[in-house]
Amino acid sequence: MSVSNKKGLDYWLPKLVVSPTVAITVIFFYGFVIWTAVLSFTKSRILPQYEFVGFDQYVRLFLNDRWMGALTNLLVFGVLFIAICMIVGLIMAVLLDQNIRAEGALRTIYLYPMALSFIVTGTVWKWLLNPTVGIERFIRSLGWDSFTFDWIIDPNMAIYTIVIAGVWQASGFVMAIFLAGLRGIDTSIIKAAQLDGASLFSVYTRIIIPSMRPVFFSAFIMLAHIAIKSFDLIIALTGGGPGNSTDVPAIFMYQFSFQRGQLGMGAASAIIMLMTVLAILVPYLYSELRTPKNG
Amino acid sequence: MAKTTDPRYSPITGRAILYGVLIVIALYYLMPLALMVVTSLRSMDEIRLGQLIEWPDAITFEAWKIAWNEAQIGARDELGLRPYFINSIIMVIPSVAISTLLGALNGYVLSFWKFRGSELFFAALLLGCFLPFQAILLPQSQLLGWLGLTGTIPGLVLTHVVYGVSFTTLFFRNYYVNLPHELIKAAKLDGAGFWMIFFRIILPLSAPILVVTVIWQFTQIWNDFLFGVVFSDPDSQPVTVGLNNLVNSATGEKRYNVDMAGAIIAALPTILVYVLAGKYFVRGLTAGSVKG
Repeated sequence: MSVSNKKGLDYWLPKLVVSPTVAITVIFFYGFVIWTAVLSFTKSRILPQYEFVGFDQYVRLFLNDRWMGALTNLLVFGVLFIAICMIVGLIMAVLLDQNIRAEGALRTIYLYPMALSFIVTGTVWKWLLNPTVGIERFIRSLGWDSFTFDWIIDPNMAIYTIVIAGVWQASGFVMAIFLAGLRGIDTSIIKAAQLDGASLFSVYTRIIIPSMRPVFFSAFIMLAHIAIKSFDLIIALTGGGPGNSTDVPAIFMYQFSFQRGQLGMGAASAIIMLMTVLAILVPYLYSELRTPKNG
Repeated sequence: MAKTTDPRYSPITGRAILYGVLIVIALYYLMPLALMVVTSLRSMDEIRLGQLIEWPDAITFEAWKIAWNEAQIGARDELGLRPYFINSIIMVIPSVAISTLLGALNGYVLSFWKFRGSELFFAALLLGCFLPFQAILLPQSQLLGWLGLTGTIPGLVLTHVVYGVSFTTLFFRNYYVNLPHELIKAAKLDGAGFWMIFFRIILPLSAPILVVTVIWQFTQIWNDFLFGVVFSDPDSQPVTVGLNNLVNSATGEKRYNVDMAGAIIAALPTILVYVLAGKYFVRGLTAGSVKG
């Protein structure tokens, strides 16, 4: 009895141990996403109710100027944030890869913003970018009286202040990913190329950087994910203003769901956000999971 | 780590420019933090008359005191960031402990006790790493309401555990699959059971990934704002929400020294972790990205 029981235990125990997480996955991930999707097809306002109205909420959503503005802002912010983080991160990684004496210390400095909350980052940059007390006033006090840097109160420019703070926070992280990628490259190829007379510049542009495609890819995915979810940074930095000029889908979703009593529309906006993430992610995961190395 | 050190490519002036650029970049990253610290040590009189970048005439911890337990934040009775900070601590400890433990056990099973469907389960679980939480906020708030956990710290803990378990499982699983399987096979042949192998063999080998996971979870949960602002009441709000309220609720003159002191208070635990264990922090970041 005891022997067969032991075998039975080792058969059931692993399944029993993961069962809470299976339940979490089924209920809290997939179940809740489906639930949100269901809500997006109802006319729910302040409270959930299950009277279905088809795609009405989605139609209302895309006829809503604020939502379209939020999408445009996300696009502007996302493209600039990702592009600048990648460029800055790559440059820093390449510079740090030149046998730098204090590499460890510099790396620590470049990366520390990633340990901060976006609320902290937003609080600091809100103050620095405030023209009456921050950088603008400082430069003017140095004697350049006409210096103007008031993007944060200019509805046409405020979205770029989000990019500035976002890049400050996340570019060190991209540097760390790229640096890890650079260190993973087979140095014998590089040595061979240098023996053939290739300059350091062309070694990077022709050999090293092209061979880091997977690293670029994962950095892109992470940054896109941060951009689509961005909420705290914007709340702390501009609160979505001036006006709605820095509104993004995450803020829209929060306000319509929890402050304006538009649950149905909030749910619809959340589903669109999820679709956007999946559209970027699915091709990536598909290719990742197919490579046997990761299996 | 081996790199080319051909002197032809590192003439003295080139190196000087290189170091110059690297230092300028470092100053750019350090500037906000340095200004935060300096400003938090100045008095409001000095700030009003003085400049953004200026050494304080007299160092005062007044702003820190105000931010910590004197500032009126919102309409709550208790003053300052202190109650929020305590909430964050009460929230973060069980959240990190439970999600890390679950992750270790899941990773162990997914690596050494595979069963039919375990790979599928792992793939399905990974969605959680990328799920935009907006897609689950409404059902989660409904569920917390049914459980009577709306606006409570246990409600926040539940939320953080549930939505943190994908990452913790991923970390442990990716670490365990690289351990030698022969070790476990031999132990199984010797009759060691599920728990015996876990506690005697696997757990003692897990120190590095345990540190990475704890740091990752600690940073994520301490810095969280979205769950904090959606699922908590004034009595249970974490420090990120407290800081945001402090900065945005002040009526009358903006007290930048208090804001900055508050920001440092909110950031201090994660900065400390980063300074003390930066290596593990970076490993978590890159593990979460490259493999996720």
